[in-house]
Amino acid sequence: MVVVLRFISMLVVLLVLCGCDNHASNDPYPNQPASGNILYSAFSEQPKNLDPVVSYSANEWALISQIYEPLLEYHYLKRPYQLQALIATQLPQVTYNAKTDISTYLINIKPGIFYQPHPALAVDTATGKYLFHELTLQQALAIRTLKDFKHAGTREVTAADFVYQIKRIADPRLNSPIFGFMANYIVGLADLNKQLATSLELRNIEFAGARVIDNYTFEINIIGKYPQFIYWLAMPFFSPIPWEATKFYNQAGLEEHNITLDWYPIGTGPYYLTENNPDRRMVMLRNPNYHPDYYPSEGEPDDLANGLLDLAGKKLPFIDKIIFSLEKENISYWDKFLQGYYDTSGISSDNFNSAINSGNQGGLELTKPLLDKKIRLEVSNMPSIFYWAFNMLDETVGGYSEQKQKLRKAISLAFDVTEYIAIFTNGRGTIANSPIPPEIFGYQAPDNHETSEQLQLAKTILAEAGYPEGKDPTTGQALQINFDAITSGDPDEKSRLAWTRKQLAKLGIELVIRATDYNRFMEKTSAGNAQMFAWGWNADYPDPENFLFMFYGPNGKAKFGGENAANYANSKFDELFVKIKTMQNSPQRLALIQQMLAILNKDTPWIWGYHPQSFVLYNTWHSKTKPSGVANNTLKYAKLDPDLRAKLRILWNKPLLWPLVILAGLLILIIAPAIIGYKRSENTIGKRTK
Amino acid sequence: MWYYIARRILYAIPILLGVNILTFVLFFVVNTPDEIASIHLGSKHVTKQQIADWKQAHGYALPLFYNAEKSSITQTIFWQKSIKLFLFDFGVADNGRDISQAITERYAPSLAIAIPALVFGLLINIIVAMGMAFFRGTYLDAWGVVLCVILMSISMLFYIVGGQFLVARILKWVPVSGYADGMIGIKFIILPVMVSVIGGIGSGARWYRSFFLEEINKDYVRTARAKGLSEASILFKHVLRNALIPILTGVVVLLPLLFMGSLLTESFFAIPGLGSYTIDAIRSQDFAIVRAMVFLGSILYILGLLLTDITYIMADPRIELN
Repeated sequence: MVVVLRFISMLVVLLVLCGCDNHASNDPYPNQPASGNILYSAFSEQPKNLDPVVSYSANEWALISQIYEPLLEYHYLKRPYQLQALIATQLPQVTYNAKTDISTYLINIKPGIFYQPHPALAVDTATGKYLFHELTLQQALAIRTLKDFKHAGTREVTAADFVYQIKRIADPRLNSPIFGFMANYIVGLADLNKQLATSLELRNIEFAGARVIDNYTFEINIIGKYPQFIYWLAMPFFSPIPWEATKFYNQAGLEEHNITLDWYPIGTGPYYLTENNPDRRMVMLRNPNYHPDYYPSEGEPDDLANGLLDLAGKKLPFIDKIIFSLEKENISYWDKFLQGYYDTSGISSDNFNSAINSGNQGGLELTKPLLDKKIRLEVSNMPSIFYWAFNMLDETVGGYSEQKQKLRKAISLAFDVTEYIAIFTNGRGTIANSPIPPEIFGYQAPDNHETSEQLQLAKTILAEAGYPEGKDPTTGQALQINFDAITSGDPDEKSRLAWTRKQLAKLGIELVIRATDYNRFMEKTSAGNAQMFAWGWNADYPDPENFLFMFYGPNGKAKFGGENAANYANSKFDELFVKIKTMQNSPQRLALIQQMLAILNKDTPWIWGYHPQSFVLYNTWHSKTKPSGVANNTLKYAKLDPDLRAKLRILWNKPLLWPLVILAGLLILIIAPAIIGYKRSENTIGKRTK
Repeated sequence: MWYYIARRILYAIPILLGVNILTFVLFFVVNTPDEIASIHLGSKHVTKQQIADWKQAHGYALPLFYNAEKSSITQTIFWQKSIKLFLFDFGVADNGRDISQAITERYAPSLAIAIPALVFGLLINIIVAMGMAFFRGTYLDAWGVVLCVILMSISMLFYIVGGQFLVARILKWVPVSGYADGMIGIKFIILPVMVSVIGGIGSGARWYRSFFLEEINKDYVRTARAKGLSEASILFKHVLRNALIPILTGVVVLLPLLFMGSLLTESFFAIPGLGSYTIDAIRSQDFAIVRAMVFLGSILYILGLLLTDITYIMADPRIELN
């Protein structure tokens, strides 16, 4: 019993010790100052590659967009999204030469932009030579992390750094995901790729696609007209990279310890990466060389009232340090957010009911425990669409005859997307009426229709299509349609498929589910063998072209390997697409887009699904923010009240010690009878048995 | 004995080769190199040329088992990627990271959880099992067995989530998840160790109880009782010593596998060990890591079996290896 009591008292002492120094005993950041100006965030999937020419996933961009700066950025507050200069002095000046069919983008960059401190740029002041460009193999192998280099340097960004980065897109060793796409637009990029297959020299190679004019000016040459190219200039692919970085990282022996550009970035952004341990955490510090950058002074009409202009004109960034911790499970992330150890959080389906209540008038409001903690909810529209598609090459559901159009239309009308959003996304989405999401030019708000009316209409149209009550006239049996679904192991998967089957059953059509893994699914869609399937698209940039191109005939997936997975092809649509592609937003462009949408509505290659919405929660010490569906470099606008956070963390995380007393009591209750029983049996005099 | 050990090591070579071939075939039946490339390049704007470039850069452009063009078996994916494992050259993961370095960095967090969980688990299981054996046939034993069956019927996932909810969220004693090096990291390992120990009590104590009961009914125990020894003395001095032989041999086989970590515990508690490394590799279909971890696991398992045999000799001199 004494042992048990000792153990319990040791546990109490340990908990008290863990809880001293202004840290609660459950504080997962015992090494960080409690009142530090540090933003705590998390990542669930380890970033694979932080090279801006390779990285193309949301989780990686969330990191590198704070480190690398492209030429342009999206205005933080203005909607619809507006581009503005970041490293460039202004938006590029575009001239089109009809003779050569080349558009030239003339770009001026700001002087006085410097890279973060980095050993690749460290120079011996006496000799002017780079300190770490000629390491011996032995010296290189002795380096374990970038911190092992004793010196770091910087230099000013020049136009040549941007040209160098554009050349890197073509480097076959880097495998840039946008190379194939950009080779269609940037002059000479495909040829450069072939040249680089045999040559290692990138810096001095002649390249017609991008040319340096002077230290602060360069041009990019684009084949034909591609006005959307300007949006690409706001992505990390078009950030400056110094040639010294390649020279430094290419030294033999450094790669053995993961000292590579895809592990240790070298950027000009508000933060720089000081610790890259994707198994645990990524740490960023404020970049001491960051150029002057200020919080915007203008936004939308409501922004002033919403407190979004309170920081107007203040110098950016506000936060000194950002710690991203690996958090694979939603439960852990949620618990830590509620304990104050994460500053912001999304809401997973598991936690939705404990975070959100349906309001009195159908709106959404936070639950009492969250309101008590003064947690804020920000809702934003994502530039995405989730849809169901028909394969237009299929004999049953594809084709362009009136009968086929009506069959698809009838199925489309039978889908109760409102119900789908309510059941499977907890209402976090808006019904789509076209592929173009809200806040993007050309968006069409959905019409309000009664579900019962729609279903009746669907049945009528289905009969007109030659399938009365869903019966196939050739067999006399219910029409069978195959639905290819990706199996992901998601617990909602079965219910989702059952729901989809139910939508067609309303019309008497039998949906045969063909569950498959992602690879097989890709194979089937690439070969044009899928009949009906569900998919989604997240925009590269906020322009209707980035959604409508999924219906452009020459982008057909089966024939041309493009993004048009439905393999839709309509010459009139294609003709209009070519026109709107090169137009600026205007009433004329809108009229043409509306014509295109009318064609799509008639042909119905997709069942318009929904546009997802993002729900983000903020703890009270986090400044008001404006969520953005397209900009990723928004952490520089965030501000914290670290003292308030430290106080609330202590208040919210007082350990409950009384259960330890109960635990000790329970153990005594179990052990005491055992001891008594033992002593009794030892003291009992044995009885002689016959 | 040395001859026996040498022979077992030689037996291990075909076993490892078989494991290697099986892993390779299973992995490539599910995924062709083109599919692996597609997964890594993402689904947007990917061209066939990019897939070809990726395969070339990552050594997947070769034939699987036989290169007919060069009439060679060395110029194949199997040779380049799997046979080198026998030289403990694990190569690089599909994301370009060095696998050996990752293993070096990750085995310590795995052991930080696995060793205390094993030691405390062993101690507690033995204490509980001895208690039940001591009170055999009484209501304490009966309820103990019922409790053990209940404990072993509950999924490990429940212990993890329940532990996080109760200890970290409600009682706020320790962090929900995370890991830190050094003494400050103790508070991070308390909960995963506690959960592992409690999750293992049911099966462990019940199993060990059967060892103790088997010993308790033997002649030497009766003799000891006849000599007037106390029940505690019989249990601790005689029964425990003899029952420890099957317990320890069962534990020794697990010792090398402790390096491999626990898939579930590490994943839920965000422990950067080898268990989470393996599960992440399976999720991201990184064949390079999967084959390295399967190979390492096989070696450690074979090593565990060999150690068990050696332990038998040390524990019981009557056993002879030949």
